[in-house]
Amino acid sequence: MPSTTLAALHPGETATIVSIHAEEALHQRLLALGFRSGKHIEMIRKASFSGPLQVRIGTTDVMLRRSEAAKIMVCQGASGT
Amino acid sequence: MKRVALLGMPNTGKSTLFNRMTGGAARVGNWPGITVELLSGKILLGGDMVEIIDLPGIYDLHGFSDDEQVVRHFLHDNVPDLALVILNTTQIERQMSLLLQLKQLDMNIVVLLNMSDEAKKFGISVNVAKMSALLEMPIFLISAKYGRGYPEALQAITKALRYPTPGMAEQLRSQLEQDQHIETEMARVLKHTVQVPVRLSDNLTEKLDRVMLHPWLGLPIFFAVMYLVFQGIFMFGQPLQTGIAGLFTWLRETALVPALGGLPQVLQGLLLDGIYNGVATVAAFIPIIILFFLFMAMVEDSGYLSRAAFLMDALMARLGLDGRGFVMLLMGFGCNVPALMGTRVMRSRAMRLLTMLVIPFSLCSARLQVFIFFTAALFSPKAAPIVVFSLYLFSFVAAILTALIFKHQFKNNEPFVLELPPYRFPTLRQMVLRGWLEVRHFLRRATKFIVAGVILVWLLTHLPLSAAPASADTLAGMIGGFFQPVFAPVGINEQLTIALIFGFIAKEIVIGALAVIYGLSGDALSGAIGQQLDWVQAYSFMLFTLLYTPCLATVATLQSESKLLKFTALSLAWSLALAWLVSFAFYQGARALGY
Ligand SMILES: Nc1nc2c(ncn2[C@@H]2O[C@H](COP(=O)(O)OP(=O)(O)OP(=O)(O)O)[C@@H](O)[C@H]2O)c(=O)[nH]1
Ligand SMILES: [Mg+2]
Repeated sequence: MPSTTLAALHPGETATIVSIHAEEALHQRLLALGFRSGKHIEMIRKASFSGPLQVRIGTTDVMLRRSEAAKIMVCQGASGT
Repeated sequence: MKRVALLGMPNTGKSTLFNRMTGGAARVGNWPGITVELLSGKILLGGDMVEIIDLPGIYDLHGFSDDEQVVRHFLHDNVPDLALVILNTTQIERQMSLLLQLKQLDMNIVVLLNMSDEAKKFGISVNVAKMSALLEMPIFLISAKYGRGYPEALQAITKALRYPTPGMAEQLRSQLEQDQHIETEMARVLKHTVQVPVRLSDNLTEKLDRVMLHPWLGLPIFFAVMYLVFQGIFMFGQPLQTGIAGLFTWLRETALVPALGGLPQVLQGLLLDGIYNGVATVAAFIPIIILFFLFMAMVEDSGYLSRAAFLMDALMARLGLDGRGFVMLLMGFGCNVPALMGTRVMRSRAMRLLTMLVIPFSLCSARLQVFIFFTAALFSPKAAPIVVFSLYLFSFVAAILTALIFKHQFKNNEPFVLELPPYRFPTLRQMVLRGWLEVRHFLRRATKFIVAGVILVWLLTHLPLSAAPASADTLAGMIGGFFQPVFAPVGINEQLTIALIFGFIAKEIVIGALAVIYGLSGDALSGAIGQQLDWVQAYSFMLFTLLYTPCLATVATLQSESKLLKFTALSLAWSLALAWLVSFAFYQGARALGY
């Protein structure tokens, strides 16, 4: 089970959130948007010119910058999907 | 009077419900953070007057951005008799955390699971009775937009208002430390009551996004759509505007002139050439305003704003801003004031100020009126919409340039995390409401500023009475002459200078002022201006109008939102300087090239 950051996922790949290493304010916002460890997350697309990422977590689509995504550790292939 | 507060995460439909409950006109849009201050309305419920309060959305009770502060202060200062907690049913699996946090505050709560129509469409089902039992709170499934489930919910609200108001916990924050507990509780309730299909069946949003957010087609599509829309507004709106202006002229000649014939000459002039011509010329733009805002309502409610943020964030990041800043520029197309207030969602003050510095360059609907008038007077029908579109592009360029120049003064590292809601379409009712709201706003400005403005312009162009109207010997002529050393190098004559000075109050006055200065209205006015100016002068004038301070209301908002006199002064000085420099470069450049 290789563990990477969310930013490293390719569009179409899914993973499970392992941990979030963000400062308090960002952490709270991520929690409220549904980012919790153990949750499945899917990379939908990445904007060009190193723009933001679109991910799907549960029923919510969220965009975030690559720098923020790098603070979220995920583990791929754990559930085999 | 009992108070009912609407609480919930952003974009869950609080304002939609508020409008349904109160018949009010809170602004609704498919963008998290449309409401940034509280709005209240009174209704009769169960025989008593009750105050309903619409609040900005909050993600949790920890937030400290300026819009979230509004909610915290409200809850701190008044314990609502009832909190209506509104959750988006389709996202209940994450939004329940806020409900559980609020539950700890020991308030009187009724829960409304909104957007039941979408939940059904996506295949999400909720066992409301069971959830209600598990959480020990009344819970109702409703659709604030279409009204389903609303009567039952209203009954429950009326009933809940009979309970005594609980005293709320003194310290909000200390109550909120048990998030761990919230997590397990949330999992327990959701497991027993909510069913979500493995794959959501919202194909439409996914398909549209594949096109709209396409890696290299996304931006061209954005600009193409924008171009088509403004072309459309011009094509449909401009004939309407001339038609109505013609109607006003006809009314003047057939009814007003004979009716007022008995009055002294000066009074007749003031009433007819001053107030009537000025106001009628401005009022002729009402159809364009309605058309424009119907379109804005569609864009704001479609969910495309979030997509625009996605597309533009890469560029905005290099300017020290983020995708939300671009969305505020788009909102500013309607009016700069709500766009300035919309920056409250930003937590970093530096980013907020930098965004507020660029928003006044956004080409608002009042400036659009000036441009439609001038382009129709000076350019061929084919070229006119392109000229207007070029001004929109200039407005972006001015914003970008400003951010580039000032980004080092407003350094920030605000994280950018934003929800992408599904595409939606406004109901007819929502669009009509929005159209009405804007007309009312326009009429308020008209009565407040425009009438006073045109009277003043008439006085300036007619006093002293011995001078020929609008000649160099009148007050206006002297003022215009005084400023000529500044404005002659940018191709702006005395008459236009007076219009610009009054445009400082509100851009609507510019056209009204010209009508008064030339003593003409409708086609005759555009004809006279078309004769007097060439296109280089007109374009230079439009550039200046685009870039200098939008209006007094914007200045007042800059001050009230930043609470920094220095910042407001910077914004004023910079926009004036930029306006002059750009017009100067354009005018002298075009003349040097032989135009
Ligand atoms: N399908 C559907 N859409 C809804 C419903 N209620 C609201 N909406 C839409 O959801 C979006 C958000 O509505 P608002 O009323 O502005 O939401 P809000 O909670 O006031 O949002 P903020 O002011 O940003 O916190 C708009 O596009 C509404 O048209 C509903 O019951 N069903
Ligand atoms: Mg709202």
